[in-house]
Amino acid sequence: MNKLFKMRYLILRRITQIGLLFLYFAGNAYGWKILQGTLSASMLFDTIPLADPFALLQMLSAGAIMGVNVFIGAAVIVLFYGIVGGRAFCSWVCPVNMITDLANWLRRKLLLDKVERKVWVSRNARYWVLGLSLVVSAITGLAAFELVSPITIFNRGVIFGMGMTGGVLVAIFLFDLFGVKNGWCGHICPLGGIYSIIGRFSLIRVRHNEPNCTLCMKCKEVCPESQVLFMIGKESGTVNMGECVNCARCIEVCDDDALGFSIRDFAKSKAKGDNR
Amino acid sequence: MNTQNPKKDTKPKITERRRFLTIMAQSVGLSALGGIVWTGYVEEAKASPLLLRPPGALKESDFLRTCIKCGQCAEACPYDTLLMAKPGDGLPMGTPYFIARDIPCYMCTDIPCVPVCPTGALDEDSVSSVVEGKKVLDINKAKMGIAVVDHESCVAYWGIQCDACYRACPILGDAITIEFLRNERTGKHAKLVPVVHADYCTGCGLCEHACVTEKAAIFVLPRDVALGKAGDYYVKGWDVKDQERIKQRNLEELETKTERSEKKPQDYLNMDEELFNE
Repeated sequence: MNKLFKMRYLILRRITQIGLLFLYFAGNAYGWKILQGTLSASMLFDTIPLADPFALLQMLSAGAIMGVNVFIGAAVIVLFYGIVGGRAFCSWVCPVNMITDLANWLRRKLLLDKVERKVWVSRNARYWVLGLSLVVSAITGLAAFELVSPITIFNRGVIFGMGMTGGVLVAIFLFDLFGVKNGWCGHICPLGGIYSIIGRFSLIRVRHNEPNCTLCMKCKEVCPESQVLFMIGKESGTVNMGECVNCARCIEVCDDDALGFSIRDFAKSKAKGDNR
Repeated sequence: MNTQNPKKDTKPKITERRRFLTIMAQSVGLSALGGIVWTGYVEEAKASPLLLRPPGALKESDFLRTCIKCGQCAEACPYDTLLMAKPGDGLPMGTPYFIARDIPCYMCTDIPCVPVCPTGALDEDSVSSVVEGKKVLDINKAKMGIAVVDHESCVAYWGIQCDACYRACPILGDAITIEFLRNERTGKHAKLVPVVHADYCTGCGLCEHACVTEKAAIFVLPRDVALGKAGDYYVKGWDVKDQERIKQRNLEELETKTERSEKKPQDYLNMDEELFNE
């Protein structure tokens, strides 16, 4: 039981990830009107439009003239993650997260990090890919990342049939297992980049309670964006960097009650000069 | 100082400025490399093969930039006609299309696939007409493609009686008509052959679906692939509407590609030197 409690957020995340995939699937297969469409754009309860703000940006860059629905949909998403969720899309919604988490789990179990040759990629590469995807969209007149995005490919595969989708997923798995640790989600994926920017000032944050910390560093080991936990054992406060995906793995693995969910600490982050 | 080895003094220093500029150059350079590969891939991917889009789809280049790949059109289709391109299909990823021979478009009068499009890549106006001042969906205005008949493999052109495509056509009598040809082989029979009319054909593919030959002898192609264009300088003199075009054009702005001859026709006929110059 204690073991399950240690994975409470992980289980919840898997439920939302698989649940959303199933709702999308059921929207097509059984005609359920709960969630129709895909992660690119969908209709919630047949009334509220949702749209991927990054897809919209690329399409604008490609020179598309679009209907109003997709702008409302993107605004809903930006407001939700911008005010509430932060970068929660990546760990609570995105289906690719399940694959990269699996690769990461294997990395830890097989002690790959201790032995494998290091392949280094900057954590900022995603922002370059983000900018690049807008440039390529402008040059080619086609949303460039949407054409290759494993997120929507996987999502559509579940809803409309997989085809060769497995190949794309295996590629990401191998890259994360034998290439770069947290390579796709934590370094390359421009959608993660855009949600880092959108969720930069969101309210729900992980809080570190420094006096309780015993410096076991389990949180940093398990964190997919370990740079955001720079304050562990140094000072109390909320994890304010936009790259934090709010996956709550650090909270679960902490045996000393030194981490928990909280509301963003605005005053302190200003006093400390942006906390970066 | 070191007089024996003056080179040691000029050893380049790694300043902060150099570090910054080098890292920036590396990032920009790697991005450019990625951009070249990426652009190349996208250009190849959008050099679209022959595929049919849902009703009301914008011109292919506009459709590709406007479609958000959400699949709501495919979900709305009651016949599962619309497919979403996936890895392995070799088509622009994630965009909707259909294969008429497998499942054609059944031309629903309420066109469920079009109004659900959130971006307008499927344009409602292009499949609507105005009836008594109100906008009404009209699937007959769809232009998904154009049916083309292969005269060599169509058995009706051999003289065998078959009108499967004509019977399957939702706009029969307009989009496909049956024409009589004399059967020269027997000398005493008629061939009843299907003829497609581009003004009416929507490209739904019901004809291709119904065709009895092993590989369909009538099949739907994208309109810009299968149709030619006569150009502005041909005017149908027997068509009142087409005649209007001449009146509307502005003679001042008219540009001719070849220069007009100053000579009169008689000059040309009476001049013989140009005929015989050696």
